[in-house]
Amino acid sequence: MKLHEYQSKFLFRDFGIPIPEGVVATTADQVRQIAAELGGVVVIKAQVHVGGRGKAGGVKVAQNPVEARAYAEQILGMDIKGLRVEKVLVDPGADIERELYLAITNDRGAGRPLIMTSMDGGMDIEELNRERPEAITREHIDPILGLQGFQVTYIASAMGMPRALWRQFGSILRGLYRCYVESDAELAEINPLVITGGGDLLAVDGKVIIDDNALFRQPALTAERNASDELESERQAREAGITYIKLDGQIGCMVNGAGLAMTTMDMTKLYGDADGIGPANFLDIGGGATPEQVATALRIILSDSNVKCVLFNIFGGITRCDEVAKGILTAYNEVKPDVPMVIRLQGTNAPAGNRIISAAQIPNIMSAETLTNAAKMAVAAVKEGL
Amino acid sequence: MSILIDRSSKVLVQGITGRQGGFHAKLMMEYGTEVVGGVTPGKGGEWFEGKPVFDTMRKAVETTNADVSLVTVPARFAADAMMEAADAGLRLVICLTEHIPVSDMMRVVSYCAQKRTRLIGPNCPGVMTPGQAKVGIIPAMVAAPGSVGVVSKSGTLTYEVGFAMKNAGIGNSTIVGIGGDPVIGTTFVEVLEMFENDPETEKVALLGEIGGNAEIVAAEYIKNAMTKPVAAFIAGRSAPAGKRMGHAGAIVDGGEGSAEEKIQALEAAGARVAANPEEIPGLLS
Repeated sequence: MKLHEYQSKFLFRDFGIPIPEGVVATTADQVRQIAAELGGVVVIKAQVHVGGRGKAGGVKVAQNPVEARAYAEQILGMDIKGLRVEKVLVDPGADIERELYLAITNDRGAGRPLIMTSMDGGMDIEELNRERPEAITREHIDPILGLQGFQVTYIASAMGMPRALWRQFGSILRGLYRCYVESDAELAEINPLVITGGGDLLAVDGKVIIDDNALFRQPALTAERNASDELESERQAREAGITYIKLDGQIGCMVNGAGLAMTTMDMTKLYGDADGIGPANFLDIGGGATPEQVATALRIILSDSNVKCVLFNIFGGITRCDEVAKGILTAYNEVKPDVPMVIRLQGTNAPAGNRIISAAQIPNIMSAETLTNAAKMAVAAVKEGL
Repeated sequence: MSILIDRSSKVLVQGITGRQGGFHAKLMMEYGTEVVGGVTPGKGGEWFEGKPVFDTMRKAVETTNADVSLVTVPARFAADAMMEAADAGLRLVICLTEHIPVSDMMRVVSYCAQKRTRLIGPNCPGVMTPGQAKVGIIPAMVAAPGSVGVVSKSGTLTYEVGFAMKNAGIGNSTIVGIGGDPVIGTTFVEVLEMFENDPETEKVALLGEIGGNAEIVAAEYIKNAMTKPVAAFIAGRSAPAGKRMGHAGAIVDGGEGSAEEKIQALEAAGARVAANPEEIPGLLS
């Protein structure tokens, strides 16, 4: 779960990290009032989960409350890469001497937390990593021991942090590490961490991503989940225990298992790409594939009006294909989809399952034996309908 | 020989009194796996299908001399269960559980390394040496004994490919599901090394997916150290960047972990990469 900038920074503040004394607003009048209370120059920042909001006009510097109000009117309601701006953060303008980078992330290859720092912050870290990887200092942390004092010194020294700031930097780094651990973050990033004209460190922008699998023990953060950031269909699926991700193609895929679900998507693209045909979604129905679950999944897939054909690919291991076939027919009769469906059952009792599908003689339903054929049939069905 | 497990493996099931744990323990026993007991804290002294249930792993290992454990407990208890198994001195711990927080897994992997316990998973279907033993949920019908080793990040995709091989008359030495999480106990390279050193394995099928760089590291190993032929499939060519495709680890992040770069690396290392998993048996015959 991604946190917004303001949520990330307010979380940092809880761990003793200095941030600008900003306030969140949802209307232009609020922005004007906040700017008046803060006094001086303010920065109005769109709170959306996309990169490049500055370039898109989502960040503006205002000299006075009247200007702040005018910018807020532009930014609130603005569409940035498909997301509507509902909130802005109004921060006092910072006196920036230098922009640094500081982040803690899960290094999946090493299986350890990784601290990354640089004296050259402000820019996108991936870009910096491509262009000048030597400008980034990296330090792995023992996940059992946690961040040690000598590592703080090592990092400050290796990155070239001015000695006068070591104490402040150490306090911020320790706070960020505690924040990362206690919030179950997969990323806790301050970019930029700023050296101010007054010689202090200040976290001017922040990004925190929480591990979805740890939300059960993060009730306070879970409560921050912003409903508008999730598609309605994806929310319905999540609540039904189905993993669904909407994509741009025409073939709705219903599969058991994540690896097989990706593979099924790949096959529709392999055989359909030349005609601009591909997967409409990723969907892992999980184990069992009961009639209720199939019906729910089918409704979710069909809520996408781009879908011109539904492709079922179910491997029956412990679940028997004849049971899955009956489940699919029950769900079909309940949902009554008006697009063709291609069904491919493999594994335990697959021939019996396919016989059940064929015997039902539903004109809309085709049965396929191999994944290759199933994908080709689905592509052909979409082409026919176009 | 096979790798990791065979008919002499003595297996404990952590969570044996749970619905999933019990269901699969029974199927494992039917397959011929020597399940010597189970552990559920608070249910010590009970029996499951004639096998003793213990409160703790320590007691269970003392009594049964088990060397392998299967963890089937829910995500919030799984890290503790894996560490308990490592603490009890087991050689091999296999964890099926999905949705374990990554921060838990980083501690578990580190702890298992200290205890010299090999961990497989989590979020995996387990390990099967066809005709001898299975520890996990891989269906019995997907594989016959043979000489192709399989290592995979995925469950049902593994069944799919195993079954296709079986139908083509190709059997398997051992099938290892390493799991689709970002931080796992055993990676592709370690399993490839075991297959390379296993006299009963002649060829290897590797089933990878988007996310992370484990397949790239595997390609390096194939290029530098492997004498046995490898056929591979990488799932997720049609997956958009920045979206997690079901498995917690299946995400193309910051331009890293795409299917294309993995396919290229594997091909450059001399592996035969299938565009369609149904081609795998053909690439192995």
